[in-house]
Amino acid sequence: MQHTSTQDTLVGLFVASGVVGLFFLALQVSNLSSFVEEDSYTITARFENSGGLKIKSPVSAAGVKIGKVSAISFDPKTYESVVQMNINAQYNTIPDDTTASIFTAGLLGEQYVNLEPGGSDVYLQKDGKIEITQSAIILEKAIGQFLFKSAEEKK
Amino acid sequence: MIQFLQYLGKSTRTSFTKLGRGTYFLLQTVSGILSVLPRPRLLLTQMYSVGVMSFLIITISGLFVGMVLGLQGYYTLSDFGAEETLGVMVAASLVRELGPVVSALLFAGRAGSALTAEIGLMKATEQLSGMEMMAVDPVKRIITPRFLAGLISMPLLAALFSAVGIIGGQIIGSGLLGVDEGAYWSQMQASIDFRDDIINGVIKSIVFGFVTSWIALFEGYDAIPTSEGVSRATTRTVVNSAFSILGLDFILTTLMFGDD
Repeated sequence: MQHTSTQDTLVGLFVASGVVGLFFLALQVSNLSSFVEEDSYTITARFENSGGLKIKSPVSAAGVKIGKVSAISFDPKTYESVVQMNINAQYNTIPDDTTASIFTAGLLGEQYVNLEPGGSDVYLQKDGKIEITQSAIILEKAIGQFLFKSAEEKK
Repeated sequence: MIQFLQYLGKSTRTSFTKLGRGTYFLLQTVSGILSVLPRPRLLLTQMYSVGVMSFLIITISGLFVGMVLGLQGYYTLSDFGAEETLGVMVAASLVRELGPVVSALLFAGRAGSALTAEIGLMKATEQLSGMEMMAVDPVKRIITPRFLAGLISMPLLAALFSAVGIIGGQIIGSGLLGVDEGAYWSQMQASIDFRDDIINGVIKSIVFGFVTSWIALFEGYDAIPTSEGVSRATTRTVVNSAFSILGLDFILTTLMFGDD
């Protein structure tokens, strides 16, 4: 095949459009733009049951996402679930009597940690611990209890 | 019965011999990469015939696949009142599966068959042995640039396919069916992970590019140098590439997306 400069231009255009496609996927389609690790600090909370909470699940306060879950582990001594959260550094005024609860977004949506700020003047620092927690509501358990209760009442 | 056993043994042996020849051929091809790099002209010409010529079919198919996904996804999701997640569905299926797989299948049909026919005909008209006579290694001069071109073009084409498909899904979804445009993009951005989805898709397409180019070039190089032999080799290229792409896709998917 004879070589022409038009060919070079077309190859250049092709490669450029391919790279643009990749950039489009990276920036517009995926979460790469929020992928850049912002400054954050870690806090932990212990739950009796963390339900279907996953790593990367959002942590929100008043409905706004302020961080994400970074690790979930089981404490073999206290039989609790230890949830580590990365909170964006700009939200550094979370009181130390904050309540952490695990909620579900919608009926079937994913689970997230909700922080309900308390009234204390002392703020949580790096590696701080949230003492007051509320476990995830396990739907099967709730339905089971409800059925059991209504059967009791009928007797 | 004996004849059948003989046939079985013979065909097993031929297929293993062929695999062996193919592996040797691949090693030869890969070892030629260093001698191609100082001559980018060779590569550029092949990029043109392999990549640029496949550009149109890939983008148009991508657009239509995305539009169909948008339509079908909308009908199914709207039953559950979850039209807003249309973007996630379209993007995830394109980036993870359809983008790499369909563009590789199209690539095998468009570029792979052409490569086989070209090499096979070169062999039939004794151009390859002519080169050998002039002490030019035909593998380094002819095969390796085409192999590299396929390897480079495939991820680019797959990325284009996915990107155009996602835009196509958006045109249908929010343009025609009334899914909120903001929800389409933001739900997509929230669910599609760069590392887990996009990079894995790119890895898939690199693997497919590697395998398709290898099969196409080897079938051409190994073809019986008659017009019938070349036509058979071309058919084999398309069939074998399709098998390998779909089989490898299954393996890669289990490896990549198994954990979550």
